[in-house]
Amino acid sequence: MTQSTYRIQGTTGDWEVVIGLEVHAQVTSKSKLFSGAATAFGAEPNAQVSLVDAAMPGMLPVPNEECIRQAVRTGMAIDAQINKWSRFDRKNYFYADLPQGYQISQLYHPLVGEGSLTIDADEKAGIPEAKTIGIERIHVEQDAGKLMHDQHPTMSYVDLNRSGVALMEIVSRPDMRSPAEAGAYLRKLRAILRYVGSCDGNMEEGSMRADVNVSVRKLGEEFGTRTETKNVNSVRFVMATIEYEANRQVDVLEGGGKIVQETRLFDPGTGTTRSMRSKEDAHDYRYFPDPDLLPLELDDAFLEDCRNSLPELPDAKRARYEGELGLSAYNASVLTAEVETARWFERLLGETAVAQDKQPAEVAKQAANWLISELFGALNKLGMSLEDSPVSPSAGAELLALVGKGTISGSIAKQVLEKMLETGEGANAIVEREGLKQESDTGAIEAKVDEILAANGDKVEQYKAGKVALFGFFVGQTMKAMQGKANPQVVNEILKAKLG
Amino acid sequence: MTELTDLGVAAIRDGVAAGSFTAVEVAEAFNANVAAAQDALNAFIVATPGKAIEAAQAVDAKRARGEPLGKMGGVPIGMKDLFATAGVQTTAASHILEGFVPQYESTVSAKLWDEGAGMLGKLNLDQFAMGSSNETSYFGNVISPWKRNDGGNAALAPGGSSGGSSAAVSARLCPAATGTDTGGSIRQPAAFTGITGIKPTYGRCSRWGIVAFASSLDQAGPMARDVTDCAIMLEAMAGFDPKDSTSLDLPVPAWADNLDPDLKGKKVGIPHQYRMDGMDADVAKSWDDGIAWLKDAGAEIVDVSLPHTQYALPAYYIIAPAEASSNLARYDGVRYGLRDLPDGSGLQDMYAATRAAGFGAEVKRRILIGTYVLSAGFYDAYYTQAQKVRTLISRDFMEAFEACDVILAPTAPSAAFALGENIDDPLAMYLNDVFAVPASLAGLPAMSVPAGLNREGLPLGLQIVGRPFDEQGVLNAGLAIEQRAGFTARPDKWW
Repeated sequence: MTQSTYRIQGTTGDWEVVIGLEVHAQVTSKSKLFSGAATAFGAEPNAQVSLVDAAMPGMLPVPNEECIRQAVRTGMAIDAQINKWSRFDRKNYFYADLPQGYQISQLYHPLVGEGSLTIDADEKAGIPEAKTIGIERIHVEQDAGKLMHDQHPTMSYVDLNRSGVALMEIVSRPDMRSPAEAGAYLRKLRAILRYVGSCDGNMEEGSMRADVNVSVRKLGEEFGTRTETKNVNSVRFVMATIEYEANRQVDVLEGGGKIVQETRLFDPGTGTTRSMRSKEDAHDYRYFPDPDLLPLELDDAFLEDCRNSLPELPDAKRARYEGELGLSAYNASVLTAEVETARWFERLLGETAVAQDKQPAEVAKQAANWLISELFGALNKLGMSLEDSPVSPSAGAELLALVGKGTISGSIAKQVLEKMLETGEGANAIVEREGLKQESDTGAIEAKVDEILAANGDKVEQYKAGKVALFGFFVGQTMKAMQGKANPQVVNEILKAKLG
Repeated sequence: MTELTDLGVAAIRDGVAAGSFTAVEVAEAFNANVAAAQDALNAFIVATPGKAIEAAQAVDAKRARGEPLGKMGGVPIGMKDLFATAGVQTTAASHILEGFVPQYESTVSAKLWDEGAGMLGKLNLDQFAMGSSNETSYFGNVISPWKRNDGGNAALAPGGSSGGSSAAVSARLCPAATGTDTGGSIRQPAAFTGITGIKPTYGRCSRWGIVAFASSLDQAGPMARDVTDCAIMLEAMAGFDPKDSTSLDLPVPAWADNLDPDLKGKKVGIPHQYRMDGMDADVAKSWDDGIAWLKDAGAEIVDVSLPHTQYALPAYYIIAPAEASSNLARYDGVRYGLRDLPDGSGLQDMYAATRAAGFGAEVKRRILIGTYVLSAGFYDAYYTQAQKVRTLISRDFMEAFEACDVILAPTAPSAAFALGENIDDPLAMYLNDVFAVPASLAGLPAMSVPAGLNREGLPLGLQIVGRPFDEQGVLNAGLAIEQRAGFTARPDKWW
């Protein structure tokens, strides 16, 4: 395998960076992991708190099957081992956002074991070829509440809406060697979670965040001591954390210092990390099996049901787009990177095939090119995303059918798309109203061609004398005279015949 | 005519149903006894006479309408103050929960009210159910209604942790009470006060709404004057609860209707490991009496071996404190209960001050033990090892139950001791649970029935342990003993 060439250049030579990520992904479910309370983002503080979440005396946790199902499906999507017997443990520590005084998690027997995902080659980012990143485990645990320090001059307020929300902790192997690889890993993981539907991947709302483990070493040496930067909440920040942390560690080591195993915090304002607590101050979490909960035992029917509910995943989809639909690697990759894009494309493809009475493979390139080059560009100019596009897949298919049948030219189609985005009207209606239909009547085109050739006798001479590049000039003049509505193919044929 | 307060659960229920007296009359009679005994016995933390009357009125009204009255129709009971009761202070006998009024009702208490029972009050207990004498209560210890016959006036322990329950039932302050048993907290106080109590199979009664001590051991059960009353009340308390993941999803058998003291064809196991050197002679004799009675009831007596018995108590005193240290972390002063926030202090100071002031010495001791045995470097040596012992003890019982149907043993190694006698010696106190703890670790149904009085005139209890889910077998053997022991002794009223 071609290795990453990302290096930190120190005064003593090149250093390699070793990265592992622990991603906390909020499970998409209507209610919390062990209570019936709701999980919607943005509710009033403490509006979504059950007696269990507030750890009232005598309250007991009951596992939410939907959360377990989502974690199992996620495990299946990364080809991981699903443990039919797993168990919940208590992680004990005191903090005001942790009502029980312990977090229910899974240390000893996680729900999901060893798996992996593949990040795609990205030459520009220094990822010369696709690389498989190991995933050690996925376990399920409760989120904590949130402290609000800005509500009162001397007191902190507690919001327990997040308390008890189900998280998947997805722990990678220390297999990444550059910020770009870590970024690619996060994006791929996020894509898979969104394909599966087990997490919305919304990093701004805190649905996904990463603990970033970084160490450096000279090539060929053992792993160095790592630091863990907690709760980094965007791909960009994760990459910045690694960049900063790796350079800091090299500076420390080359300055004769030692890296201490510690927990650090990333400051998005300065792009730096700072120490939060060292290993010596680390909590002794006193993990032990939660006696309020029985071990989690999954039967074959449940696993079968989870497996059957999995959608086509990004890698398989991309391969199919290239193989069956004949799309370029680039287009297939763009179309499958986000589940929304793929869904949109597939609806467009289906409608386009029907509208033109062709097989999907016959119109796939047309649909892919239009979506990527035309619609994305137009939406981008309007500051819109595909989700809020005023043009629906069927409206797009209607437009593509006009092009496919030769009713309008590609350049007219651009204008029509702009009108569609502006007015929300259908392509047929716009073309009809604005008289944009392509002229294929040879008589009308011939008449215009004759006029142009007559008016440009000198250029006709030059052409005939061998300056064939002038052919484009004649085409352009003709199209102009026809107000862009002439069928380019017909124009070509007539010009060729007349110019000899 | 007998006084209403001399009647038990079945007699009251049937009397109310037959119209011999009203439920309100019964509630008033017990309310009066509760009030009269409070200063002397301190059995209740809070009396709720209004609740008792209200429930009784509802039962009387139902009777007037000809509606069914429920398994506990018209029976007022005492509620151990470990059960959350909506709108009524629930403290676990601790300062840290003093004044805490839950907005919810525990599953077990709700079931009892649904079956027509009424609440006389919240009963005193050892703080967070940690103790064997009721001396760890923040609200003062309960005093047993029993006295030694030596002419002395020593105040005796009612047992613990359900000491308010045992004292109240034996002193006729209530016909029955709820208890909880983690390592003998129903059985030992029942034995100390000459009443009957059963801890069902772990999972029979929902733990939802019961202040947790040690989750893997805690189990609610009834404490009453006889086996029949226990059977009736247990039927009302038990049942699957989806809110408790460890709840047993099994139908509740008709234990009371199926009571049968004929033990022909049954085998009773006698574990020789329980016959310890230096065993109290009266306790040994009561055990022999029990063996004779069960033989008389038709049972075959067989010797069984429970080889890991001696490790049960140490294992229990690792597992129970470990779970407690974690279960009690929620009492932190942040959301409810006591908050001690010294001037200018931060979060950590608040935790420390609140917990220092809110927990009693025994609770702190167990939190410290539990924290220690779970800490890094000690976990395997203590917690993991204790869990292995627990497995071995369960296996001992399962093997013994291949040779017998129930096991007979003393409930406690002695009769009630004087208050203060063991207070400075936690180990001596913990030894009270030596016969009770193995069944707790194995999650087995176990009950204590009165066997007679010792030479000091104090009650002794016999313990019957059964197979998982075989409460019926335990109750039947208990009934066989009850019928032969002829235990009618009751404390002389001195309060």
